[in-house]
Amino acid sequence: MKSNQDTTHYVAPIEETPLLATDAVKTDQAPLSLWADAWRKLRRRPLFIVSAVMILVILVVAFFPGLFTQVAPNDNCQLANSDGAPSPGHPFGFTFQGCDVYARVIYGTQASVMVGVFAVIGVLIIGVTMGALAGFYGGWVDSVIARLGDIFFALPLVLGALVVTQLPFFRENKSVWTVIMIIVLLAWPQMARLTRGAVIEVRNADFITAARSLGVSRIQSLIKHVLPNALAPIIVLATMELGVFIVLEATLSFLGIGLPGSIMSWGNDISAAQSSIRTNPAVLLYPAAALSITVLSFIMLGDALRDALDPKSRQR
Amino acid sequence: MIRFILRRLLQVIPVFLGTTLLVYFMVFALPGDPIRALFGDRPPSEAVIAALRQQYNLDQPFWVQYGLFLKNLFTFNLGVDFTGQPIAATLGRVFPVTVMLAIEALVIQAVFGIGFGLIAGLRKGKIFDSSVLLASLVVIAIPIFVLGFVLQLIFGVYLGWAKPTVGTDVSWGTLLLPAFALALVSFAYVLRLTRASVIENSTADYVRTATAKGLSRRRVVMAHILRNSMIPVVTYLGASLGGLMGGAIVTEGIFNVPGVGQKLYQAILRSEGPTVVAIVSVLVLVFVIANLLVDLLYAWLDPRIRYEK
Amino acid sequence: MTASDVTITEAGTPADRPLLEIRDLAITFNTSNGEVNAVRNAHLTIMPGETVAIVGESGSGKSTTALAAIGLLPGNGRVSGGQILLDGEDISHASEKRMIELRGNTIGMVPQDPMSNLNPVWKIGYQVKETLQANGRPSGPEDIAKVLAEAGLPDAQRRAKQYPHEFSGGMRQRALIAIGLSCQPRLLIADEPTSALDVTVQRQILDHLEGMTSELGTAVLLITHDLGLAAERADKVVVMYRGQVVESGPSLELLQNPQHPYTRRLVESAPSLASRRIQVAKEQGVEAADLLAPAAEAVAADNVLQIQDLRKVYKLRQGLGKSSDFAAVDGVSFNVLRGTTTAIVGESGSGKSTVAKMVLQLEKPTDGKILFDGVDTSLLKPSELFKFRRRVQPIFQDPYGSLDPMYNIYRTIEEPLRVHKIGNKASREKKVRELLDQVALPQSTMQRYPNELSGGQRQRVAIARALALDPEVIICDEAVSALDVLVQAQVLNLLADLQSNLGLTYLFITHDLAVVRQIADHVCVMEKGRLVETGSTDGVFDAPQQEYTKALLNAIPGAKLMLPPEVA
Repeated sequence: MKSNQDTTHYVAPIEETPLLATDAVKTDQAPLSLWADAWRKLRRRPLFIVSAVMILVILVVAFFPGLFTQVAPNDNCQLANSDGAPSPGHPFGFTFQGCDVYARVIYGTQASVMVGVFAVIGVLIIGVTMGALAGFYGGWVDSVIARLGDIFFALPLVLGALVVTQLPFFRENKSVWTVIMIIVLLAWPQMARLTRGAVIEVRNADFITAARSLGVSRIQSLIKHVLPNALAPIIVLATMELGVFIVLEATLSFLGIGLPGSIMSWGNDISAAQSSIRTNPAVLLYPAAALSITVLSFIMLGDALRDALDPKSRQR
Repeated sequence: MIRFILRRLLQVIPVFLGTTLLVYFMVFALPGDPIRALFGDRPPSEAVIAALRQQYNLDQPFWVQYGLFLKNLFTFNLGVDFTGQPIAATLGRVFPVTVMLAIEALVIQAVFGIGFGLIAGLRKGKIFDSSVLLASLVVIAIPIFVLGFVLQLIFGVYLGWAKPTVGTDVSWGTLLLPAFALALVSFAYVLRLTRASVIENSTADYVRTATAKGLSRRRVVMAHILRNSMIPVVTYLGASLGGLMGGAIVTEGIFNVPGVGQKLYQAILRSEGPTVVAIVSVLVLVFVIANLLVDLLYAWLDPRIRYEK
Repeated sequence: MTASDVTITEAGTPADRPLLEIRDLAITFNTSNGEVNAVRNAHLTIMPGETVAIVGESGSGKSTTALAAIGLLPGNGRVSGGQILLDGEDISHASEKRMIELRGNTIGMVPQDPMSNLNPVWKIGYQVKETLQANGRPSGPEDIAKVLAEAGLPDAQRRAKQYPHEFSGGMRQRALIAIGLSCQPRLLIADEPTSALDVTVQRQILDHLEGMTSELGTAVLLITHDLGLAAERADKVVVMYRGQVVESGPSLELLQNPQHPYTRRLVESAPSLASRRIQVAKEQGVEAADLLAPAAEAVAADNVLQIQDLRKVYKLRQGLGKSSDFAAVDGVSFNVLRGTTTAIVGESGSGKSTVAKMVLQLEKPTDGKILFDGVDTSLLKPSELFKFRRRVQPIFQDPYGSLDPMYNIYRTIEEPLRVHKIGNKASREKKVRELLDQVALPQSTMQRYPNELSGGQRQRVAIARALALDPEVIICDEAVSALDVLVQAQVLNLLADLQSNLGLTYLFITHDLAVVRQIADHVCVMEKGRLVETGSTDGVFDAPQQEYTKALLNAIPGAKLMLPPEVA
């Protein structure tokens, strides 16, 4: 089989192919942690900058609505202004009840943002704990939590919320907090599932075994090594869910089973605007736009974070 | 394969029992008189209360109540609503409408979601991809009731291309607009999932090997990239049925579609607790069964699942 | 020899004209850090029916060069200079249509990793069938079976109806070879075709591939990191280093008379060619030399580890509540002498890593005893176990998985000191600096993160972490298997140095007999959970007693090549 053709022995000029030290450490770049690397990538992404600025503005509006409008949203409702067109000082016009739409949109921010933020915090606490325990310990802990999650999973969010809101307790105590409780109760399994998966992926890594053979206890290795490494997808999902929960609250309020009518919220306003949609669509469109922009900001932020925190994009 | 089906069936039973138990427990086992509580501050007539007591066997111990509730559910003995009409008969009338709506929406979201997702994924980083991605974010961000109203206003009222409300005139054509609104909810997720999965599979080793075998690009894309990308997408389509049901309540309300969702919506507005619980239980049953079917489809798509012990 | 001298009229190639000629090839990748030249000035020639090997470490550009020849560069890569002449036709910028014509029936490919190169959702037969169809060949069931049977798959007709996950690694590789050769290409690109497989399987498959290609008259471009394997299988060897061809020539000539400094170093370091233990500082250290002396009494007194009749049984679930027992480790006994290296060798599934886990007290033995310093480790109380951990430390295989990506190198190495509450902040930092010196990493590495280091560097960090607690025994579980040859040699030398300076004891788990020869004093050969042979390294290598050991030794690529002693 061996042929005798082309038996020349070629050697490249050594000056052109110098032999470098084996496996020398690169020292030309500054050290970079995962978070620093993510931050570096985020800073350059327009999607991130736009969404971050928008979220900041929304938060300011939520906490200091008085900065943006002089009109008290409820006091000056005059039926004479019913479905009135925009006028100076009232840029979005008036509702059927004669209330200032702009002021209502501004003051409605708080309820939505509160529901979103606290529901996500609740889901993080319950979901991450359950998921981490299930993924890390496995065995019967995992089976019990997984089955429990399956049961909640089989209950679509809106349908589940429908049933829960029929309960006397929730019906009689309608408030921001009951809505948050309902969302947390129904939405934790998704977070638990994601955390469980992320933890299982990390759990079997050699660095966990190495830590354990150093004498690090199981619970310590979970907190110090496993969770920090599983954090990226959790952060991404939490950001996205913030948007999703705001939509859910609005949907429930729209259906009349969310926030009580006395609380100003975009969902309630959209629901109230239904009747006059043909005559005065602006009453519906402004709160709807505010709602959509808020949700979009969080979803865009989540999307930007997902790209920046993707470990696959991080190999040098 | 038969083993797989049996095992999945065995897994579905506890989930279904758990979910219905959860629903039932929340409504009937909490302190207070459940019947009166269900009606809130609008006390119904004594006759209705008596009928409900009978329907839900409230004089029996809890487990017997629950067992009879399940039996009633499976025999479609769902009791009567506020006006004394049997719920099962009403559901029988409205259910086909919702099934039509859901199928139409599912087809729209699958066809457009997978189509756009595939093209975007194959052209990763190009203009088409970036614009589709951004558009999908916007669609995700707009709640379904807003979308519904906007579509109704634009196509129904201003352009007059479709009837803004469906009413009694139910057909595939009249349901198109509400189905479109309903499909938009999950469409963006289907698109993004397909795209991500196409991008991942495009760089898979077996795709490179398939190209090295001398296959045409078209074949590589269809038989290897798209085929493998369908696995997660199908699972998602199954899960999206839940969102579709929730969305149907809103959509049917807006477009006045005489379906299950509208019935549910009316029951909520009228504070008819027992009707709500009965309909939701049926929907949960449908959802669980649909997901079982999707699981079987999944096993057909991914032979590795069948093989797992 | 220039292509323009020869007019191309028909398919037949004159025997004296190259089938594939790569001239001054340059390949450029667009990355986020700008353009990177992956390959420069590469050239090689393959005559019809000839086997040529490209040898190089990871990142040397060997696979990139081969992929360019079949038009499969990744999306961000392109040929930025030079020519790829197939039968005189320049295909470096050929249209996609032309490449599809060529792929399969003129140029075939056998890829590297049998686990990921078959599509999991299609039956094996289907994946053969679509290849035959695409290249216009008969593709009936009997044709498919024939193709698979020729690649050495037994019971091919039934196998064709199975899915990839029902195949073992070796069988999948045979299926991939079947696909690569199914349309009888004139050139086969084999990219590390067996490096993911056990040595004995590797040998069988390479033998079979060689038989098939010589019968069909197929030329082979073999990509490998293993110089021994290249020399054994190829007529010519091309050595690539940092994107350039540094040396090429007839295999034996190149091996016996390497000219370029890189090739020389490669020949010196190739474990499969080396025949002796790394001596480094051993001779100088009198103590260490004493320990090596086979004085019977001293040996008996100084067994740091005694493994007695160790067994580990796993329950395998077989669905619906049934389960069966599987003995991963079955009746294994051996001793480890203080200050020496004992290697456990075996193929995948031999139970060698399970032994390591049990010695590390990460898994509980089902049966049998592990005595550490004469104390039964199963009787250790939690506080004693904690102390035991200071004395026995592991180093793992995967340099990408053994360091927490969230910890910088300082925190990584300092963690054991912190966990065991040794010293204060200042003294710990001093210790970390010392440890980095010991493993020959600059102290500035402290601030870096694992993803900024190469595999070899990470492995040196893992060694520093293991040394932080001044352990007596280090368990190396495939500690150098994932590294390039030169880096591997560097780490092995480091380990040998540390042993002679610190009097460490190593338990070295590996599948690579060539590495054993370089580092171990004693060898335990394992097969399917059982210990089949033990003895001194020289004894086992020079006079293996068991058939299995002989087969393993035979399978070391390049082991039988004759080399002048001064090279080896």
